[in-house]
Amino acid sequence: MSNNQQIIISGLGGQGVLFITKLLAGAAMADNLPVLTSETHGMAQRGGNVISYLKIGEFSGPLIRPATADALIALKPESFAHHSYFLKPGGLAVVNSPNPVEDDRYRVCCGDATALAEKAGNVRSENVAMLGFFLGAMKNDTHIFSPDSLARMIKEKFQAKPAVAENVLNLLGSGMQLFEKR
Amino acid sequence: MNTKRLILGNEALAYGLLKNGCQMACAYPGTPSSEILSAVVSLKKEMDLDIHAQWAVNEKVAFETAYAGAQAGLRTAVAMKQVGLNVAADPLMSSVYLGVKGGFLVISADDPGPHSSQTEQDSRLMAVMAKLPVLDPDSPGQAAELAGIAFELSEAFEIPVMLRPTTRVCHSRQSMDVEKIEMTRREAAFDKNPGRWAATPKFRLQLHKELEAKLTKIADYEPTRPRLVSGTAKGCGQAIVVAGVAAANARDIIKERSLDIPVYQVVQPFPLHKEFIRQMNAYDEILVLEETWGVIEMQLADKNRVKGKNTGFISPVGELLPENVEERICAFAGVDYQAPQITMLPGRRPTLCAGCPHRASFYAIKKAAPKGIFTSDIGCYTLGCNLGAVDTVTCMGAGISQAAGFTIAYAKNEKQPPVFSTIGDSTFFHSGIPGLIETVTKKIPFVLVILDNRTTAMTGHQPTPASGRDASGDSCIAVNIPAIVKGCGVNFIKIADPYDLPAFIDILKEAKAYCKENGPAVVIAEHPCLLDMDRAELKASFKKVIVNKDICDGCGYCVSHFECPALGLNNDTEQVCIDPGLCTGCAVCSFVCPKDALVLENQE
Repeated sequence: MSNNQQIIISGLGGQGVLFITKLLAGAAMADNLPVLTSETHGMAQRGGNVISYLKIGEFSGPLIRPATADALIALKPESFAHHSYFLKPGGLAVVNSPNPVEDDRYRVCCGDATALAEKAGNVRSENVAMLGFFLGAMKNDTHIFSPDSLARMIKEKFQAKPAVAENVLNLLGSGMQLFEKR
Repeated sequence: MNTKRLILGNEALAYGLLKNGCQMACAYPGTPSSEILSAVVSLKKEMDLDIHAQWAVNEKVAFETAYAGAQAGLRTAVAMKQVGLNVAADPLMSSVYLGVKGGFLVISADDPGPHSSQTEQDSRLMAVMAKLPVLDPDSPGQAAELAGIAFELSEAFEIPVMLRPTTRVCHSRQSMDVEKIEMTRREAAFDKNPGRWAATPKFRLQLHKELEAKLTKIADYEPTRPRLVSGTAKGCGQAIVVAGVAAANARDIIKERSLDIPVYQVVQPFPLHKEFIRQMNAYDEILVLEETWGVIEMQLADKNRVKGKNTGFISPVGELLPENVEERICAFAGVDYQAPQITMLPGRRPTLCAGCPHRASFYAIKKAAPKGIFTSDIGCYTLGCNLGAVDTVTCMGAGISQAAGFTIAYAKNEKQPPVFSTIGDSTFFHSGIPGLIETVTKKIPFVLVILDNRTTAMTGHQPTPASGRDASGDSCIAVNIPAIVKGCGVNFIKIADPYDLPAFIDILKEAKAYCKENGPAVVIAEHPCLLDMDRAELKASFKKVIVNKDICDGCGYCVSHFECPALGLNNDTEQVCIDPGLCTGCAVCSFVCPKDALVLENQE
């Protein structure tokens, strides 16, 4: 298990790519690991394709080179099509999609995070459901992203809004279960 | 308090400024620089610092305000994006001659790519032209470090210093220690000296001489000397010179591939250290990796040994991505490089948000003047091009003067197309007003639509002079846009909400008729940016539109002409569908369907 991790988070502007990037980065920082991220701002945030790079470990540059990423979180099926080229051969892709996505170059796991979020009455939180799904998928790859430390950060972030925190934590949990039940 | 934080490059810059005693910070927002001043404000509040933070009306005003603080002996800074530096070029050029008393930093954020800009211009070239030193950080951490060095350099030589981060520094986050800042305030003390501060051309010649002498010394300044970051200095064979984010990328690649080539990082690209130029003369081949133009490269003595942007070895166009850096380093070192297979798909084009009031305005303009020429400006509303209602975008404020130019160009034609210009509220304040005055004096027949959403939306909702709140969120005097328009001499001024689409179209038609004989007509489209609105307020004003399944024949008119992201064509039913996750309930689309298939729920 390596402590050096390079992860791509891809989605559309407004889907909350930055939010899950920060949570994952925070989890790594709780382990005292150096973290670098890079994000999309400006015009592309208006509904365009947005991408976040998360690098944990001994790196200087903030971007990830094609064919080197350990994992990809795709918040839309099209996000996988757009950004799977960042994955190294055999890299893990978790894709928010009701239908299976086939690509034998990578380990692709699909889950319908949108449906989960809809069921929870919060269509805008599909990012959190997908984050849970990712945690489930990464469990055997690295210890960095422990559900406990993510839960701690979520509680801290929504300190003033305990109801929101509970909602987010539940979705995170159901995302993880969605992976287990596959 | 000494905690690790995941800190944005722009926040690190703000931290570096405040930690080093910056007492005044001014800025005009622009990607990728916008979060610098917001971070100054958050740190000021968090650490209870007695400093001044200000969103200025434009970059020139921001520059001059902060500069005066430095003339009075305080440490100050101004922040902007690279094209903003064009606006502030006038005070930049002059202030370098006059110099400073307190440290003065000019932060100009470049955008190689470009990701969110009109050009890929290199601010460091502007520094060469203005003759001031420029520092080029490679990461958020180094940006904070260089802010301190820059203030010392500025005070040591009484000269403004440019700090030039790029998008990948501004919008990267790094885990770093953030300590509580204890600030010792200086008192402002302006030392009157008209021979210097108000120098006439004769004295300017003397100032220019002194400036050249300063630059010679700065090219020997110890703290900004190039740093050997990898390998050992050999004095023959190959060397790699890196700066900015390219330095960070190159370090990773050199380490990963265990290449034995000395790598020098230049933190002060101009003036390049003289001793370093001599040192480089010993190498037979030098690769220079920098963004976006070859500023270091052009200062190296023997061009025949240098490979970089100016020699064509590195593309002068686009961002220097880490994969490009790797490929070029391998080519330079004669090492095998296997390019990964990449299939690039065309990305989704950015679009105005669902419910954006600008969409209603643009749709109305197209209806009022289907054959018009539409000049526009910089902001979210540039995306009106998706609706065919934006024909030109040049630079901040240009839309109004260009509208004038088009009417003049067409004046002798048999037919004159109607000319409509759109400008956002913040851009109008920034540089729209002089152009508008000009159109009044010339009686230019055009319609100006000021898209007043009460904020500077695209860059992250900074206040405008009409907002009535300042950078810290405290209330301040609000300037009235209609009063300014009237003050410019315009006699047709109408204010309306574009959500009321039919009435808004009528007003635009009235304005079009008026301007033919009487000169400029101004319509102010007032509706707040939804991203700025309270959720509860939005919920209360939500009007549910549904698709009448008996009428909708799936013609797609609304999808292509209104292009709201909440509207889509369902391939199974061949009818329009409304995405409940995206729809904001603005109900403007209910006016759009030519067959009245989009109806308010309770009116079906």
